Amino acid sequence: MTAVAVDTVARAAATPEQPQPYAELGLAEIEYRRIAEILGRRPTSAELAIYSVMWSEHCSYKSSKIHLRQFGEKAPQTDTLLVGMGENAGVVDAGDGWAVTFKIESHNHPSYVEPYQGAATGVGGIVRDILTMGARPVAVMDSLRFGPLGLPDTDRVLPGVVAGVGGYGNCLGLPNIGGETAFHESYLGNPLVNALCVGVMRTDGIKLARADGPGNKVVLFGARTGGDGIGGASVLASASFDQEHQKKRPSVQVGDPFAEKVLIECCLEIFAADLVVGIQDLGAAGISCATTELAAAGTGGMDVELDLVPLRDPTLVPEEILMSESQERMMAVVAPDRLDDFLNVCAKWDVLATVIGTVTDSGRLRMTWHGEQIVDLPPRTAAHEGPVYDRPIERPYDQDVFVEHDGRTLPRPRTGDELRATLLRLTSSPNLASKSWVTDQYDRYVQGNTVLAAPEDAGMIRLDESTVRGVALSVDGNGRYTNLDPYVGAQLALAEAYRNVAAAGARPVAVTNCLNFGSPEDPGVMWQFAEAVRGLADGCQILRTPVTGGNVSFYNQTGNLPILPTPVVGVLGVIDDVTRRTAQGFRTDGALVYLLGETEDEFGGSEWAYTVHGFIGGRPPTVDLARERLLADVLINCSRDGLVDSAHDLSEGGLAQALVECCLRGDAGARIVLPEGADPFVALFSESTARAVVTVPRTEEVRFTDMCTARRMPFARIGVVDLLDGRLEVQGLFSISLRELRRASASTLPRRFG
Amino acid sequence: MARVAVDVVLKAEILDPQGQAILGALARLGISGVSDVRQGKHFQLEVDGSVDDEQLAKIADTLLANPVIEDFTIRR
Repeated sequence: MTAVAVDTVARAAATPEQPQPYAELGLAEIEYRRIAEILGRRPTSAELAIYSVMWSEHCSYKSSKIHLRQFGEKAPQTDTLLVGMGENAGVVDAGDGWAVTFKIESHNHPSYVEPYQGAATGVGGIVRDILTMGARPVAVMDSLRFGPLGLPDTDRVLPGVVAGVGGYGNCLGLPNIGGETAFHESYLGNPLVNALCVGVMRTDGIKLARADGPGNKVVLFGARTGGDGIGGASVLASASFDQEHQKKRPSVQVGDPFAEKVLIECCLEIFAADLVVGIQDLGAAGISCATTELAAAGTGGMDVELDLVPLRDPTLVPEEILMSESQERMMAVVAPDRLDDFLNVCAKWDVLATVIGTVTDSGRLRMTWHGEQIVDLPPRTAAHEGPVYDRPIERPYDQDVFVEHDGRTLPRPRTGDELRATLLRLTSSPNLASKSWVTDQYDRYVQGNTVLAAPEDAGMIRLDESTVRGVALSVDGNGRYTNLDPYVGAQLALAEAYRNVAAAGARPVAVTNCLNFGSPEDPGVMWQFAEAVRGLADGCQILRTPVTGGNVSFYNQTGNLPILPTPVVGVLGVIDDVTRRTAQGFRTDGALVYLLGETEDEFGGSEWAYTVHGFIGGRPPTVDLARERLLADVLINCSRDGLVDSAHDLSEGGLAQALVECCLRGDAGARIVLPEGADPFVALFSESTARAVVTVPRTEEVRFTDMCTARRMPFARIGVVDLLDGRLEVQGLFSISLRELRRASASTLPRRFG
Repeated sequence: MARVAVDVVLKAEILDPQGQAILGALARLGISGVSDVRQGKHFQLEVDGSVDDEQLAKIADTLLANPVIEDFTIRR
């Protein structure tokens, strides 16, 4: 190995004029100048590596920060939140001393480059976030969006992503309890892969990411550091390396789920024995992020000997080590008297652990490379005091076009035959069709605590074998609605996830979000983002469900064409007794089918307009969050008191799609009588919100209707379940056999992917 | 007809969890002296004279290997 001249602090001070590739690393000139100002000299190339990744959009939230503050400012008062925003993940009180932590994160760009590994490491990353809080990860979910079904690139990306999510999660032994899969042209060159993880712990076991106590040891443990995900660092290396060296730097991270499984068990044993002061996982920005954030949150200083980091590739230079995104690594701060115990636990699990530094009270993060000082910076400036931008915002002119061309003139089906054909067409459309081709590849019941899983409205798990307490989760988003009106669209995503959780019988208590948008430098995209955040923050305030954390993904675009703005919202609900949950499928013969809520003529951004006419325009459905809360209360009470034996929320595709899913899920027929005087097309396909279909056993009908009347919840009896008659019949209009429905719903994805 | 062999291995810098597992197993079996293991896939193709080197490279590049994370070598 040829010795490379290391860019030391002394050398940086002595050569102030040396040009540095800050622009190639994504730093603006003004940002580079600010770094020099902070340091009082030019940064060393190692410091430049740290600042460039920490001040990147991904880590610093520099374009989104001023908007995201609303989540804190408008946060509703609640006593269920144990840890709020700012930590690795929020923690919610689940009662009886149990706490749950959950978060959703994007891995969009890596999943386009290498679908399997991109999606797999997305799952791995979010699982480590949850682990870092001190919790045992117990379930995952995923929200996926792809280009149109049937195009060659979708054929490449979708199966790879699904296999990656399944491969990693299944190997870890984590059930995948639900999620969503949707399609639109704008995701063709930029799929969305958002992974959610939920973890369970005792309330006294919460761990935080901080490095306290001078003299405590900084331990890096888990996998060795390799050249994963450091395409950017080659710019720094290019000054001193030949082509051959650069060629070897992949930007693809490869996950090793078995190493992660061992890491999980190792960490949980370490937590149980209370051996760490602080802990942080290594995700984006790797060691740069872990050292600066731990130091900034704790006593304030840290000394690190970077050459002690165990390497998979001995030719890595300091800048590359700092930027590497190698998976399955963690960093812990350990008191000296616990160090031996800590290392013993790691040795037991065959996890490599190396002391690489010490906590100090110097207020500086200092790193050496074979004895030479290469980093000396105030950690807060990298971790928390990065640049903040108030990007220009401008409402795009085409928003008016949406409102003008509202789709009122699109031809609508009228006759029974036309309505029947429309129902089958929607049910078999990629967005509404059964996703069992996807979810069947995931282990949904491993660990034995899964109560509800896809295709139910929400995923539900029991917290532990010793209790009947549980949590329910749902993730939802709708790019079409958000495109028409970002403020309303974000609230619609929130409302749907909230409704799904309530339909299962759980009380929604907290929110996580993954905000997928185009370039923040486009004022139109920034307007969408600002509106969506405002809508979500206002919505969470009204629903009294605080945002506990999440992630922003910008630059989702192909060329200059951004994706549909897609805020994906995850809602977590708690349920005291999972045996009182309500499932989706019709199951009791003779049970009465009731529609809760009111139906208006609302087709803006609807599945019908998009699938049948390829049209997106008009106003998205009206949001009424007060009504959503009322509906949730009614659904939760019905569940707890046993007034209903099935419940399903209405969303894309309206009543018709909900009925199809209830029938197919329960393998039961139903006779439906649409309300008198209602336009059958509107009644069946409108996407009005705050609605649900429930079935009420005859013995409970009076109690049910009394309860709805007392609470002023609009309701209408629309039919009856018939277990033996294998048909969905809408009286006076049409009837379809369950077999035909199942074929329409279940064959769309297999026809493409086998 | 000729037999062509195509070997596909993960690029040198890509983590190879299976190779690491084999390396770990060697140590457990008490075999020392092996410092690294990289595993991959081996393909044998029976081809006639109409398939030239360019076509073989295309076969390997588009189907047998994932060029984002794997390298391949072709031996006639």
